[in-house]
Amino acid sequence: MIEPWVVIVCALVLGAGTFAFRFAGPVLRARMELSEHAERLMATSAVVLLAALVATAALIDGGEFAGFARPAGVLVGGVLAWLKAPFVVIVLAAAATAALLRLLGVP
Amino acid sequence: MRSTQRTLDRDLLRDIALVCLADGIVGLSYGAIAVGEGFAVWVPMLMSVVVFAGAAQFMFIGLVAAGGNPIAAVLAGLLVNARHLPFGFAVGDVLGRGWGRRIAGSHLMLDENVAFALAQDDPARRRVAYWTCGIGVFVCWNAGVVAGAVAGTAISDTDLFGLDAAFPAVLLALVLPALKDRRTRLAALAGAAVALAASPFLPAGLPVLLALAGVLLAWRPREKAAP
Repeated sequence: MIEPWVVIVCALVLGAGTFAFRFAGPVLRARMELSEHAERLMATSAVVLLAALVATAALIDGGEFAGFARPAGVLVGGVLAWLKAPFVVIVLAAAATAALLRLLGVP
Repeated sequence: MRSTQRTLDRDLLRDIALVCLADGIVGLSYGAIAVGEGFAVWVPMLMSVVVFAGAAQFMFIGLVAAGGNPIAAVLAGLLVNARHLPFGFAVGDVLGRGWGRRIAGSHLMLDENVAFALAQDDPARRRVAYWTCGIGVFVCWNAGVVAGAVAGTAISDTDLFGLDAAFPAVLLALVLPALKDRRTRLAALAGAAVALAASPFLPAGLPVLLALAGVLLAWRPREKAAP
């Protein structure tokens, strides 16, 4: 196992770098006048990133297919969301579907 | 009108509380897994406070525990967290003015509270959603990590509870209303397809960033074909 001071330095560097990513947007944004078009483009970019996170988090685990239980749960959640079910129902149904499928031996 | 508003706020807070609870349980597993891999109890706690980004934290612990180079693990974590840069541009105005708010609000930036903020129409609700979710997850995540690190392997496999399916379902539910817009939907579908296609070949984090190409793909043809 690595030395404690290495872990501390790594945590601080990872923390500082992550903070820089988080901080850059709000600071730079405040310094410029953004057109409505640019504002919309940035909102769209965030939605695209979130959609890509949904897709990869649902289907991929460690660069490989995550198995069937997880995407099946997300799919159930997605259908319920499309049917305008309450948020709590969507989230719990997604988790329960994946858990139940695993209980039944589905990977 | 006022009672409708209050009900909406209560619904919003309940939804946020559910996400905080789920993240707290994942934090529990993070603490337990880190200690189970041989790290000292303070390591997951320190990382959860200074990094505060679940996916990158799991990746760092996993890579180092597997004997990987710590510098490479830091770089891998940074790559996973690079998506916060475009997130910051999208929700930067939600944080409010003044350096204190900007610094605190930036550190609290997460997939979850960005998605909650984007899902609100009204600027005031957007602010409430962003800050409530950010602070709530920060408290629950860190409390979970402490409990998990101290208690050990109480809950180490959250997949058993389907929590791995809950996280994408949360984001999907929050993003779905924005997908009603045809151009946004095209961009999102194209981006998701790019990310999935790239996932087997590229390190984690990069495929999601490449999804931003979807924004271009969906915007260029429309602007050219505009009647």
